Amino acid sequence: MASDLNAQALARYRNDFLREVEERVDEGEWVKMCMQCGVCAGSCPFGPHWEHSPQKLFMMIRAGKRDEVLQSDSMWMCTSCYNCVVRCPRKLPITTIMHGIATYAHRLGLAPKRQPTRDFSVVFWENFTRNGRANEMRLMLRLWFKDGIGAGIKKALAMKNVGLGMLRTRRMSPFEIFGGHGVKDVKGFQAMIRKAQEIEDRRRGFTK
Amino acid sequence: MAKKEYAFYPGCTSHYRGSASNYLVSAESMCRHLDVKLTQIPDWNCCGASVSYAGSGELARHVINARNFALAEQHLPGQDIVATCAACWLNARESKEKLDASAGLLADTNEALKEAGLQYEGKAGVRHMVEVLIEDLGYEEIGRHVVKPLEGVKFAGYVGCQTNRPFGIAGESFENPVYLDQLVETMGGEAVKEYDQKVTCCGGALAVSEPEKSQKQIKDIVESAYDHGADMIVTPCPLCQANVEIYQADVNKRYGTKFNIPVTYYSQLMTVAFGGTAKDATLDGQMIRATRLEEIAAKPVKK
Repeated sequence: MASDLNAQALARYRNDFLREVEERVDEGEWVKMCMQCGVCAGSCPFGPHWEHSPQKLFMMIRAGKRDEVLQSDSMWMCTSCYNCVVRCPRKLPITTIMHGIATYAHRLGLAPKRQPTRDFSVVFWENFTRNGRANEMRLMLRLWFKDGIGAGIKKALAMKNVGLGMLRTRRMSPFEIFGGHGVKDVKGFQAMIRKAQEIEDRRRGFTK
Repeated sequence: MAKKEYAFYPGCTSHYRGSASNYLVSAESMCRHLDVKLTQIPDWNCCGASVSYAGSGELARHVINARNFALAEQHLPGQDIVATCAACWLNARESKEKLDASAGLLADTNEALKEAGLQYEGKAGVRHMVEVLIEDLGYEEIGRHVVKPLEGVKFAGYVGCQTNRPFGIAGESFENPVYLDQLVETMGGEAVKEYDQKVTCCGGALAVSEPEKSQKQIKDIVESAYDHGADMIVTPCPLCQANVEIYQADVNKRYGTKFNIPVTYYSQLMTVAFGGTAKDATLDGQMIRATRLEEIAAKPVKK
């Protein structure tokens, strides 16, 4: 359970949130290298929309502001454009750290509910791990109808012209709804992912 | 025998009737003209794209990519892996760099891969199709195949993010890469060199989840192409292509603009310039028709 994991993390790290991030977040060991220049903040295409820039999040981590960081919706607005990464004078892998903090917050059940990119991220992961390849048709339907039939129909109608255009240009196939393309060795693919997550959980101290 | 052979990683959007099926077909046409043989990696899987991180984790995302490397090594030994999709290339290349640099990560990865009966040995190289064109063939060699120069057509070379950052094409700058302009000129077209939105993010996956924020990006990208007199936009990335093309009507509604500019792949330009038909170049796959290219494709080759 997510809440158990959060309680376990609080007991394990107490007030040392930086150490928690270093041990448990993908590329988290880089956080302390940030020198607070702010180039990442000024380079982000979604700058006008978030509250916490990467620079700010890094300082908040060092200041132990655990709840504020993990409950922030800012890192979910990362478009993976890597502009901050190539401009960072310390060459921090900021994009990966943003994804990593988001993943960790989601895992602990602290990420903001109904953040649209969080929803998309979860749906995308489930979509392609189902049979090894992303299925665009099922992905769209799942996203449109995640808030119920009524909202789904409204969304589908709003997207009607895009959908019809994709059908007309043969860049979408309604038959993908029924299974669709995937890898042949689905069993091996899924077993491999389960094993990877089991190993990582052990390495990062989620399990013994 | 083909001059060059590669283990091809087309990616999820490039399959038959996927959103980038026109990239797949035109890239294959382009390679036929260049005597480059692409063999799909048998049973390849999704790279995880940019947005699946919530469910993933560090090791899982590397293992997913390592499965493709292992399959390539097993079935197509000695061949570099070549991706056409920017995200496929980025994820694969990142995983490869990480795995090649860390014995511990490699051991963990192989422990997981064993579940699928596979092993990664670190042999297969990971390349983008653009690297194959520029580094393995070169502009001069590519230029020799041009039989229908794209004369009089102005292209805004929209490089986007993920073929440009964080790895990029060797020798290019992150802020102003010029390889796409050079490819356009090699095809006999006119490159809009002052196109100032060439590396602006289109919103990526957030064009789907947070369109109200992403469409400002798309507006900037298209507007600058118009401002500089471009006839069409050309890009190496399937997500850039889709976002910048299919949401123009939505952008028009939101911002009161009247955008209707074609967004093509470099592989479509090249197929047409090499004398391929509109069908070879999948010009019928454009939601906004690239009429200037269609006209050139319909003309007979001058002897």
